[in-house]
Amino acid sequence: MEIPYTVTARPDTGLYNAKLGIWLFLASEVMLFGALFSSYVLLRVGASTWPTGSEILDVPVATFNTLVLIGSSVTMVMSWASLKMNNFGKFKLYMGLTILLGLTFLVVKAYEYGTKFHHGLYPETSTFFAIYFTLTGLHGLHVIGGLIVNGYFWGPGSKMWKTNPGQFTNRIEVAGLYWHFVDLVWIFLFPVLYLL
Amino acid sequence: MDDQSVLDIKKHVRVYITVFSALMVLTVVTVAISYVHLIMPWAIVVALIIAAIKASLVASYFMHLISEKKIIYGVLILTGIFFIAMMVLFLTAYGDQQGN
Repeated sequence: MEIPYTVTARPDTGLYNAKLGIWLFLASEVMLFGALFSSYVLLRVGASTWPTGSEILDVPVATFNTLVLIGSSVTMVMSWASLKMNNFGKFKLYMGLTILLGLTFLVVKAYEYGTKFHHGLYPETSTFFAIYFTLTGLHGLHVIGGLIVNGYFWGPGSKMWKTNPGQFTNRIEVAGLYWHFVDLVWIFLFPVLYLL
Repeated sequence: MDDQSVLDIKKHVRVYITVFSALMVLTVVTVAISYVHLIMPWAIVVALIIAAIKASLVASYFMHLISEKKIIYGVLILTGIFFIAMMVLFLTAYGDQQGN
């Protein structure tokens, strides 16, 4: 059975189906992270004392990671733009860079976690660390998910460019929307956890 | 793809680079302001305003929300309403608990 509206827009929505699908998924993601953010607010206002993130977390390392993730968002959108300009070689380059930057983010995050564990700081150490590990852990899982999808499109999935370039370009746009959302979540996590 | 579409995408690419630069600068500004040690309510307000500006840049340009179809805006407005309702519900529950 052929999947409908993978390239052309549906007349009633004006969108190809996957685009509406990813936005509905992202709406559910807003509620998921929103629930955790509101938990953070409740835990913080309900606590008698709350540490300043910058005193117990590594701000320079997290700043570097923020710049890395923003960089990966730009390379992601450039990979889509490259396909729109019929430049498959540039797509491979920018998507490869996106994957490398995503991996860099995870390696740095693993280093941060390792340092915390080395100092005996675990989720059960305090309410702050419980919400810190929950939020950054869930975000990290999203990065891993995005890397798996991007890795597939960079590698075996890219064969579709030869048979159905329109659908492949749309797939990259959809993967990009997810990746930018992951970046967007980090844009809020960084100041909330590390700076305030 | 016709020449006009390629030209349009090239214009977009220039915008992406500008937005990227703005995001980098705003990240550095956020960190710099944190070292000023503003008093608490203002530190939160300033940090969240900068984060909101960065998020809107990503959403508007990288996620193309600046020129999207109506149905997407509809989905996002509904999401916003549910998000605010959830926050209000949690905070009201907390306030109620404090009242008791």
